Amino acid sequence: MRRATSGVLRFWIVPVTLVLWELLTRMTESPFFPPPSRIVGQFYDMWLSGPVSQLLLTDSALDTFGPSLGRLLAGWTIAGVLGIALGVALGRIRGLAEYTDPVLQFLRALPPPLLVPIFFVLFKIGTPTQLAVIVFGVIWPVLVNTTDGVRAVDKGFLETARVFQFSRYDILRRVILPSAMPKIFAGLRLSLSLALILMVVSELVGSNSGIGYSLLYAQQSYDYAGVWAHIVLLGVLGLLFNALFLVAEGRVLSWHANARRNV
Amino acid sequence: MLELVDLSHTYGSYRAIDRVNLKVAQGEVVCIVGPSGCGKSTLLRSIAGLIKPTGGTVLLDGKPVDGSPENLAVVFQDYSRSLYPWMSALANVGLPLRRRGLDRKRRDAAAMAALEQVGLAGAAAKFPWEMSGGMQQRVSIARALAYQPKLLLMDEPFGSVDAQTREELEDLTLRVCAHHGMTILLITHDVDESVYVGDRVVVLSKAPGTVVGDLTVQLPGPRDQIHTRELDAFVRLRAEVGRLVRGMTPHRNGVETR
Amino acid sequence: MPKVNGASLLRGLIGTAGLLVVLEAAGRLGAWDTERLPLVSTVLLRAGELLTDPEFLVSARSSLTTWALALLVTIAIAVPAGLLLGMVKPAEVAVRPLIEFLRPIPSVALIPLVILLYSETTHMRITVAVYAALWPVLINTIYGVRDVDPLAKETLRSFGFGPGSVAYRVVLPGAAPFIATGIRLAASVAIVLVVTSELIAGGIEGIGVYITIAQSGNRLDLMIGATILVGLFGILVNALLVAGENRLFRWHRARAGAAT
Repeated sequence: MRRATSGVLRFWIVPVTLVLWELLTRMTESPFFPPPSRIVGQFYDMWLSGPVSQLLLTDSALDTFGPSLGRLLAGWTIAGVLGIALGVALGRIRGLAEYTDPVLQFLRALPPPLLVPIFFVLFKIGTPTQLAVIVFGVIWPVLVNTTDGVRAVDKGFLETARVFQFSRYDILRRVILPSAMPKIFAGLRLSLSLALILMVVSELVGSNSGIGYSLLYAQQSYDYAGVWAHIVLLGVLGLLFNALFLVAEGRVLSWHANARRNV
Repeated sequence: MLELVDLSHTYGSYRAIDRVNLKVAQGEVVCIVGPSGCGKSTLLRSIAGLIKPTGGTVLLDGKPVDGSPENLAVVFQDYSRSLYPWMSALANVGLPLRRRGLDRKRRDAAAMAALEQVGLAGAAAKFPWEMSGGMQQRVSIARALAYQPKLLLMDEPFGSVDAQTREELEDLTLRVCAHHGMTILLITHDVDESVYVGDRVVVLSKAPGTVVGDLTVQLPGPRDQIHTRELDAFVRLRAEVGRLVRGMTPHRNGVETR
Repeated sequence: MPKVNGASLLRGLIGTAGLLVVLEAAGRLGAWDTERLPLVSTVLLRAGELLTDPEFLVSARSSLTTWALALLVTIAIAVPAGLLLGMVKPAEVAVRPLIEFLRPIPSVALIPLVILLYSETTHMRITVAVYAALWPVLINTIYGVRDVDPLAKETLRSFGFGPGSVAYRVVLPGAAPFIATGIRLAASVAIVLVVTSELIAGGIEGIGVYITIAQSGNRLDLMIGATILVGLFGILVNALLVAGENRLFRWHRARAGAAT
């Protein structure tokens, strides 16, 4: 109970900031800085005034969020699978990492947004381009963390597996991967937040659907409250993804948190 | 069943063991004891196929060992690095049985039976980090039992638990292994333990380790933590092994050597 | 990252050379239409030529200036803020929720708004880059201040030094390795955000703008060449900053076993 109250108290700055912001924007009346109440109103009108059967989401919300989130999750999933597979290979196959390191370091250093126009010329506008950008941009944290995690498997775990003659598949599936999982999850979490950013970038640079496109549309119609609502929406999505991911991670890696606490 | 011929191993310029010769018969419980740094672990790891010895051979049932031999299990000292923390006790015990071609149901049944033998039937669903050190080492022993190896290697298996748990685990090991008729090679630095658990005690010298003593332990069974340790024969054997471990000349008063 | 030594460096060179040769051969043997996607050699040649191309250099200089200014502004804001939040625990507790709410907002989402706010494109680009680069410096500074040995602080305080003096003499040097790490991360982030805002918001100069112009002419060779140069610049900056950190903070690495 006391923890709950102190948890709420911890966030006192949020309402205080909102109230100050509201007062300030009402006083200055700058068109670029609409009061938060108007932003929230716009947010509600655009996306949250729908029927209960659609979880209150409006048709416009479904049409806008659907393609964006679809691309984001698809890109993230592909990057996750590829990143884990390549990371395991790099971490377990002796010498492979050394041969490929400079190339990987170089690819990692390329700013993913610059690839948007390149992929446009190659694949033309549309989902393949956006997926390619997201996959290329977010694969690195997974790849690097998987390589590290797979390399750092405790020698004792591997010796046990050797003594009991586990098959190569079992060693990978039941010893190496679970042992590297905490690191892999850390990579996946970072990738998820990057995927949100790249989703927006790819939709801003050239797209005809999605949240980024809708944001650009609001800007071009001088709908300032609308622009702010999009920014708030992206922040909320970022928080939401992170929270969902942490819940999932807590379930999958409960052994890890507990094992560390008990040591 | 196990024969070591001139087994030697050097790490760089450091000679860990030097021409160790040893024969272990089927069903024997042999304790290898020696001062710290006498290459005991190197010896065990060579037999388990975890390292390739730089000289000599390990013969198992007359065949030279290359890689980890089948029908061999190891109980490691450090259970926290040998039990997988992401699996329950039951899953840990059952995992090696996948190699035996058993289906899930029969694996679980065999793992459960092994856990029962070590007195952990009630803790099958627990994870290693939910258990005390002694319990975790019991799970390790259960895993070795379920695997039904012909040769069981134990590397300082009771070195990381408290004294009382240690005695319990010694008795448990003697009981279940006699029941299975397993051949055991147990490595320890504890002179008392070697005499109490072993049918035979092999003493290694300081590095480079070589065999400096090989004593037969003749104590009336079943052994008992209080009475066995009071017996004159036990006391004499213990003193003899202790002298050998410290590199002193043995007395050989009434102690049978081989 | 594998440890760098002679052998691994050689292997890396072999791997890189091997990949380039394979790609070049595949292109020449007709694995793809080289009219659309140019050969590796063409792209590399173009990247080299860009370094002496006056038009590209004007754009590169503009991006470089924006990046440097953005990094300076980031440091000027984030380091003092981090020191304050790190030293005054109640302030950090109070502001934490705001940070947690603001941090997930993608900086690029601000571009459409910021375009409207600034008539000067450089200011707009700097704002976007600073918003993204701020966080690693801020968080690392707070973390670094926490890591400073409290005994050192107490010692100085007991000699009658004021809080400003303590901050300057003990906290700042103690937190410096962490701040340096934050700045290194921020430098990479700022590169990405500068070129991204050039790409999205357009303008007259800047590598992002250069690439947009090349795109309208379907000049993939120039686009890829410029992108390669940006990537190499990122690697160079990172390597220089790592070398600087290793040099300045050897004491820290020896003590903490290095945190990245």
